Amino acid sequence: MEFLVIQTLNGLSYGLLLFLLSAGLTLIFSMMGVLNFAHASFYMVGAYFGYQFTRWLGFWPALVVAPLAVGVIGMLVERYGLRRVHRHGHVAELLFTFGLAYLVDEAVHLVWGRAAVEYAVPPALDGPLFTVFGSSFPAYRGFMAAVAITMLAAIYLGLTRTRVGLVIQAALTHPQTVEALGHNVPRVFMLTFGGGSALAALAGAVGGPAFVTDPGMAAAIGPIVFVIVVVGGMGSLAGAFLASLLIGLLQTFSVALDWSLGGLLGPLGVAAAEGTLLAEVLNLTLAQAAPMLPYLIMVLMLVVRPRGLLGTRTT
Amino acid sequence: MPARLLAPLAFAVLSCAAVAAQAQEVVRIAYIDPLSGPFANVGDGGLKHFQFMADELNRRNAVPGMKFEIVAFDNKVSPQETLNILKQVADRGIRYVTQGNGSSVALALSDAVQKHNERNPGREILYMNYAAVDPDLTNSKCHYFHFRFDANSDMKMEALTTELAKDRRIRKVYLINQNYSFGQAVSRAAKADLKRKRPDIEIVGDDLHPLGQVKDFAPYVAKIKASGADTVITGNWGNDMSLLVKAAKEAGLNVNFYTYYAGFAGVATAVGEAGVDRMKQITDWHTNVPSKELERVNAEFKKKYNLDWWFLRVHTQMNMLAEAIKRAQSADPVKVARQLSGMKYATEFGEVEMRAADHQLIQPLYISTFVRSAARGGPKEVRYDVENTGYAFKTDVRIEPYVSAQPTSCQMKAPGN
Repeated sequence: MEFLVIQTLNGLSYGLLLFLLSAGLTLIFSMMGVLNFAHASFYMVGAYFGYQFTRWLGFWPALVVAPLAVGVIGMLVERYGLRRVHRHGHVAELLFTFGLAYLVDEAVHLVWGRAAVEYAVPPALDGPLFTVFGSSFPAYRGFMAAVAITMLAAIYLGLTRTRVGLVIQAALTHPQTVEALGHNVPRVFMLTFGGGSALAALAGAVGGPAFVTDPGMAAAIGPIVFVIVVVGGMGSLAGAFLASLLIGLLQTFSVALDWSLGGLLGPLGVAAAEGTLLAEVLNLTLAQAAPMLPYLIMVLMLVVRPRGLLGTRTT
Repeated sequence: MPARLLAPLAFAVLSCAAVAAQAQEVVRIAYIDPLSGPFANVGDGGLKHFQFMADELNRRNAVPGMKFEIVAFDNKVSPQETLNILKQVADRGIRYVTQGNGSSVALALSDAVQKHNERNPGREILYMNYAAVDPDLTNSKCHYFHFRFDANSDMKMEALTTELAKDRRIRKVYLINQNYSFGQAVSRAAKADLKRKRPDIEIVGDDLHPLGQVKDFAPYVAKIKASGADTVITGNWGNDMSLLVKAAKEAGLNVNFYTYYAGFAGVATAVGEAGVDRMKQITDWHTNVPSKELERVNAEFKKKYNLDWWFLRVHTQMNMLAEAIKRAQSADPVKVARQLSGMKYATEFGEVEMRAADHQLIQPLYISTFVRSAARGGPKEVRYDVENTGYAFKTDVRIEPYVSAQPTSCQMKAPGN
């Protein structure tokens, strides 16, 4: 029971962080049709900005300043980069974001070096939040979850209850009509791209102290974010939310389960000889296969239900 | 006649230059370890140890007429990357390589060095392994040009389990290791040794996780907690070690840690008070083993790089190399290898021996416990803390070389035989 509760909490807090990260990506995709390969790089820059501003201003101001700064960078990238390559089609846009990811990687190497930086949890949040069955749950993880839930609520309200949100929603499906009604659709795009980048940066600034802030963090999390967007359904915010929690819980629980095919077949009297290739496959535990599972799910999802959990587009 | 005078003069100048050039003979050592990626901090620390020792030997003029130079290469702990680097090393005429992080890398490198030496007689490369401890490297995969200066994993586990077995309160042990040759070797040896020494101990978990990929050990820690383990044995190093103890601390996991690498690369900083009296390590040395020479080295190193000295073996290795070159009167790796093989060398901690049969350094080991340093009210002999944390290691027991030494299955061939 203790194990179940703690593991669920761990999985949820990780899943919520993943949602912060994938929300921006899926918004950008649904609006502009651009799969932003540099999205995880904004996450990394967010973490490094968070670290840098924490040193200059302290943790709490940094939490606000870092995402805003990255949001501005995102808008500049859209305005002076993406918008120019847009007319050359989606392939050009893809390549542009792909190249951007490399540039950001190198820039981070140049500025902060190749080793991890010491981006520490602030003292106020360093300690247990509560204890269940003798296991303590770190306050910082609770804080991470709280930030993600707050942002989720803000995005939802912003998109459904505000004028800008309505324009964004309309521009998702009918950009020409919205433009004809006198709205500046390119500016809406720019804001969305900036907003998405800022969300990724917030995830970085919050996640950096919990995990490791190093130049490999973008490459480590990038693929998972794509899995979430694909599984949740391209362009669906609710789908991304579901998929984030799913992947978060899956990764947390699979690590802890020593189930293997061999163990499943054991009671049936089936066993492979020790040392054979078959035995290696059968004795591979779920825990050891954990890093592979999200991708397995993505492939299955693409085969069975290509539009994802809650996706509406079939293309 | 000026012309007649000039020729001998020119000859004299040239020969002087030649002598000077000879006096400047440079022994280049390629340092191949991660300088980027998740283990950059570990590789960078190692590099600084080597640079310090090279400077030290040069300043002392340890080998008259020769200078040591460390050439750093970043292999990102990747075996493929390392093989490409070895080609560069050979092309640049560098005859010595040293590497330590990742036995998977070491196995690939050792194999490539062996092949290179077989195919390129006269251009042999000598591989000094300062930290990769997979036992295979000095057993089934051994060869003449590989020398290991660290105690191998089986030797360390033998010593560690002997100490663990004495603690009758230990009932349930959990193994967590990195999923590659070294981590698997640790897990294998721990199970075999415990079965032999304390059959009553139950192994309640045996996890192998991806090397350097796990950023969040909370799920593993929850699993350890659920297993009811009272003791964890781990060979984890670098971030895999510091993140593990960090997650354990956050979850309030109250167990003993028997480790290989608790004293290095941010672990002490991550664990703090939570590790006191609970975290043990097996090493060739630590800063509170009394020693005039190493205390000086540690102080100077700390002043220069703001790092603690960790690798006693880098000190031993570079000194033994210098001694071997001096005895061989040449920096030719074949002649130097002949000197190194079977070489005995006196350290302050007793005589060490590069065993001729497998080129494994036989040396004393120390098991130590994480405690508060003297400055923070700990035992008064614990003078040097780790990473300025106020915590330090205190020796529990010294393991004599003959205790940890293991038989070898190595059958190596010296060149020319």
